[in-house]
Amino acid sequence: MAGNTEPLPSRAKLAVTAGKAAAAVSRAAGRGSGSVIGGKVALRLDPDLLRRLAQHLDVILVSATNGKTTTTRLIAEALRAAGPVVSNALGANMPAGITSALAGGSDAQFGVIEVDEKYLAGVARDTTPKAIALLNLSRDQLDRAAETRMLAEKWREGLAGTKAVVIANADDPLIVWAASSSPNVVWVAAGQEWKDDAWSCPSCGGVMQRPGDDWFCAQCGFRRPAPSWALRDDHVLDPHGSAWPIHLQLPGRANKANAATSAAVAATFGVPPGVALQRMYQVQAVAGRYDVVSFQGRDLRLLLAKNPAGWLETFSLIDPPPTPVILSVNARGADGTDTSWLWDVDYTRLSGHPIFVLGDRKLDLAVRLEVAGLTFRVCETLDEAVQYAPPGRIEVIANYTAFQDLRRRVGN
Amino acid sequence: MSDSSLRLVWIYPDLLSTYGDQGNALVVERRARQRRLNVSRVDVRSDQPVPTSGDIYLVGGGEDRPQRLAAERLRRDGGLNRAVSNGAIVFSVCAGYQILGHEFVNDLGEREQGLGLLDVVSTRGEGERCVGDVLGDIDPQLNLPPLTGFENHQGITHLGPSARPLARVRLGRGNGTGDGTEGAFNDTVFGTYMHGPVMARNPHIADLLLKLALDVNALPPVDDRWYDALRNERINAAVQPA
Ligand SMILES: [Zn+2]
Repeated sequence: MAGNTEPLPSRAKLAVTAGKAAAAVSRAAGRGSGSVIGGKVALRLDPDLLRRLAQHLDVILVSATNGKTTTTRLIAEALRAAGPVVSNALGANMPAGITSALAGGSDAQFGVIEVDEKYLAGVARDTTPKAIALLNLSRDQLDRAAETRMLAEKWREGLAGTKAVVIANADDPLIVWAASSSPNVVWVAAGQEWKDDAWSCPSCGGVMQRPGDDWFCAQCGFRRPAPSWALRDDHVLDPHGSAWPIHLQLPGRANKANAATSAAVAATFGVPPGVALQRMYQVQAVAGRYDVVSFQGRDLRLLLAKNPAGWLETFSLIDPPPTPVILSVNARGADGTDTSWLWDVDYTRLSGHPIFVLGDRKLDLAVRLEVAGLTFRVCETLDEAVQYAPPGRIEVIANYTAFQDLRRRVGN
Repeated sequence: MSDSSLRLVWIYPDLLSTYGDQGNALVVERRARQRRLNVSRVDVRSDQPVPTSGDIYLVGGGEDRPQRLAAERLRRDGGLNRAVSNGAIVFSVCAGYQILGHEFVNDLGEREQGLGLLDVVSTRGEGERCVGDVLGDIDPQLNLPPLTGFENHQGITHLGPSARPLARVRLGRGNGTGDGTEGAFNDTVFGTYMHGPVMARNPHIADLLLKLALDVNALPPVDDRWYDALRNERINAAVQPA
């Protein structure tokens, strides 16, 4: 039921107006886009607002540990072929941010919404989505996040019997476990390089067997479902076996996987894969990620990697040696204050690259690289690292707040 | 064991490797190689038998259900207990530490039998999780510099008479018993709540395990520049939180 067929009740209208005013004040005070504070004010006036706003939209939810912001952008771009879209494109992915984003799109037909993993079940309840895209689940911010398997369990309970079409990654056992309580699932063979959170069967605890691309539990029979969509190198295979070329400005295998999932989502709303994939080419940098910026006469590509699975995917997309690499790691609140995840990342993959180390936790990283047997230089500032980096484009990989620090420094 | 080769066994990476625990194996391995020791590392998955011929065994931390599964499989296997009776050295962290004790509380809220390799009993704390930097003094018998680590656990571990606390905390919670103890050890078996991982911040513990395994009093020095810098930074951060 798309389009604004029924008007919002007056309390909801007031809430939307109050929220917009608060957002404007927040913006004027220089506190970012104001979308979160606007949403918080609006939700306080009308806790039912998210549900009301969603009522008028075909809602698509996107959740994952990695790639949800990018995939939300790709799906939004693809669905614009079918009608106007409202989306929380800036990554404000908790209920307040989502409410605020939806309140800004009164003429939209589709609401494409990125949802923080912890809020997925609740937001799915409030927004009655038509489709839910589930990409991957892996360890992230261990000092405060729920256990990864528990999160899959919560999704499974929250999505049981959902009316939405669930578009889910058949190559991630935790995602398959979470999605398989849903009656209508479209499986996408989207790949998953990181395997270390699913060696233990999410169903029975048995040891997972993983021959080649397949996986199964010998103990209970939980196994990889047969996918109807697949990522195959630079192509998306649709359920009819047709191969559609992927042309993205975004780099890396993980983004091709995101494009494959997005094409499957778009198809459920009648957008053919060829059209969807062509539109996805429009997406360049996403909130500064993958952006190539010029700084001190050098080209820097800014890459965000927040957890071991994200670092692994990032290593696979950077230019080969001798391309210099700058790494920056912080451990502030938004990053998680525990740096032990550094030891889950295989830094030997950077062998041959000149490496420069920055950030609040550069010494943790220095010990990590020393133990990996790599040579590196610890720097105080980005400027210093760039100054010592040998010629060529520089790959800059940083975790969350370190990434924000870098963006500020390069004026991006 | 021969003086030219050292067998390092990492127990159940499929279940007990949640908090960068592989780091302890990497640090021990690296520091052994820097001393020109021949090291072989064996990673034992929980559907494989635990070899009894290892010199140093490392057991990491894990989430609640994997912890129970690991305890069940290690009890059934019996290899780790046999290795210890052969004189092997074991170093365990968090969930692994609890498993080495007499019992702990599992994910179902029941008391689960451990391996009885350390004279400790663990329960689950009612209060907030212990999360943050820790600073402590290691038992003088071990003759090591101060302990710096990061803790993130809900467990409480009580020591029996034949276990000594690994350290006394100056900052942080450690065993969570309120008496300032952290970790436990006997002759060859060690347990701690510290990850970070603990060896990255306390390479002397890795060296201690190597010395015990080789039965030597000293090892050739290695370049500890980055470890020392990290230790100083983390100790200062614990003393004066930002
Ligand atoms: Zn199973």
